[in-house]
Amino acid sequence: MSHISSKGLYYTIFGTLIAMTVVTVAIARIDLGALNTPVALAIAAFKATLVILFFMGVKYNTPLTKVVAASGFLWLIILFGITMGDYLTRAWIGFPGR
Amino acid sequence: MLQHHFFNMGQQLEASVLGMWVFLVTEVMFFGGLFMAYILYRSMYPDAWLAGSHELNEMLGGINTVVLIFSSLTMALAVRAAQVGSWMGQVVNLILTIIFGTIFLVVKYFEYAAKFEHHLVPGPYFDPARDPAQQLYFSLYFMMTGIHALHMVVGIVLMLIILRMAWKGRFSAEYYGPVEVSGLYWHFVDIVWIFLFPLLYLIGKHH
Repeated sequence: MSHISSKGLYYTIFGTLIAMTVVTVAIARIDLGALNTPVALAIAAFKATLVILFFMGVKYNTPLTKVVAASGFLWLIILFGITMGDYLTRAWIGFPGR
Repeated sequence: MLQHHFFNMGQQLEASVLGMWVFLVTEVMFFGGLFMAYILYRSMYPDAWLAGSHELNEMLGGINTVVLIFSSLTMALAVRAAQVGSWMGQVVNLILTIIFGTIFLVVKYFEYAAKFEHHLVPGPYFDPARDPAQQLYFSLYFMMTGIHALHMVVGIVLMLIILRMAWKGRFSAEYYGPVEVSGLYWHFVDIVWIFLFPLLYLIGKHH
């Protein structure tokens, strides 16, 4: 619990976050077809993971805290998955008034 | 500093951090509902999303992204300063965090003002030449960034309280829970922006 990270680690994470911000702005200018948003989200997820693991120190927390932290994102995936699974498949059965 | 219902300082800190994470999970779900609305309506009106995104100022959004990353660095350094018992480190880094947070809100103010000027605020004054579906995009833009900005205001107030406690020398290597837990909140708000920036500002750039 009382893990103290070095300042160097924080500066490294900071530098990576800034670099990834530049990368995401640059890649947004390239037409990747349907892949633009997934790539942007992958970069954002990578940045968020760095913040969670190192700035928030979850890497050094107890297993219980890690599970609780992960649970929020698990439920988010369930929310997105089931809702879009419903909306995107409504037209398949030709049900009027979707 | 040790409350009577804990065995030791380590357990007390662990409980605080766990409790904060439970709260942050509710925050993830809270913002998650808005992201859900974003995904659903974007899948229904993709063109309105691209056209709406073109109206946002990518430069200001990018500057704010960098400002928040700076604030997360100073926040992490403030927690570290408390851990190693540096009074100066805590005070300087907390003040810097508050300054970066304030810069973010000032930039946001200018962005919002421009949206009002350009008739991009949903409602009776929305530009009639535009596809009405774009009002959905701007409704979500204002709701998502507005609630995020509200979290920033709460975060700044929180940091002022923590700064006052740090100034009085309340924190040490043994007791720094409040700095740590407030820091978790601050980083969470930064994470929300990490997703908002590409999803709102950058989606139409390749057209």
